[in-house]
Amino acid sequence: MNFQFDSFASFIAMNGHGPFVWAAYGITFAVLAYLLASPLLQRRRFVREQARQQRIANRNPD
Amino acid sequence: MAWQWFHRLGSPRWFYEKTQAWLPWLTAITLVLLVVGSIWGLAFAPADAKQGNSYRIIYIHVPAAFLALAGYYIMAISGAIGLIWKMKLPYMVMKSAAPIGAALTFVSLVTGSIWGKPTWGTWWEWDARITSMLILFFLYLGIMALQQAFHSRDTGDKASAILALVGTVNIPIIYKSVDWWYTLHQPATIKFVGESSIHPSMLYPLLIMVIAFYCFYALALLLYTRAEILRRESRTQWVNELVARQAGSVNHDIPVKGGSAV
Repeated sequence: MNFQFDSFASFIAMNGHGPFVWAAYGITFAVLAYLLASPLLQRRRFVREQARQQRIANRNPD
Repeated sequence: MAWQWFHRLGSPRWFYEKTQAWLPWLTAITLVLLVVGSIWGLAFAPADAKQGNSYRIIYIHVPAAFLALAGYYIMAISGAIGLIWKMKLPYMVMKSAAPIGAALTFVSLVTGSIWGKPTWGTWWEWDARITSMLILFFLYLGIMALQQAFHSRDTGDKASAILALVGTVNIPIIYKSVDWWYTLHQPATIKFVGESSIHPSMLYPLLIMVIAFYCFYALALLLYTRAEILRRESRTQWVNELVARQAGSVNHDIPVKGGSAV
């Protein structure tokens, strides 16, 4: 198992296929990152909103 | 009782608390496999004799397509369990699986399109495999939209579960499309039965990426389902306590055991 390219520059260029390969990987990892960030942000927003409502409820006990 | 585990599995609270401990492990395994598989596939696997370096897109295209299909099964089966046993948790899993499946179907379509340009000379072709994947994408979007289309969440759950089950007819069509209509998309190179038509030096990084995407899928599904559990159980005692603990630990900067992580 060897590094398949002569230099880092030829690794980036990939014999002219560089733009295609790197665009595909870039889009994929952007989507994967979004899929992890989105539920974590949803959860944080939920906790913040519920905590706010709890504070309001504690301030005005019926 | 033998069925006790099944009923516990239906409890959102049990699921939420049980999965907490899995998250760091699953995150670590997913990241390591994604990094190793990508570097191996991009830099160390040999170039393809016919396609040159453009074929390296296979290491994300094929795993994304696998999970787009496997995710549909998970969504449809969850919906069926929800319909049959009237359990809450499976509907939450079903709802969570839809955006993940849609995103992975989108990834497989886009990477396929980018791969197609240098290989087939076109960004898009109404080939059977590509068209049936596009239908899968619209099915996912339809299920997400239908879920939101009703005032009652119960009705939305049931309607989208039924749509998910009806949509499963598309799955075998996608699998067999490359054999039934031999147009542009190549047939499968990895076979579970018989010899694969891909060299081991290219196969191993691909297998790593497939496992990485499965782990990623499990992680994303857990995170989405956990967020959904909190939203749907927001009126219960245990969620209120959890919110109070978390908010307290944020405000006073005191770490609470089992509180602040994720």
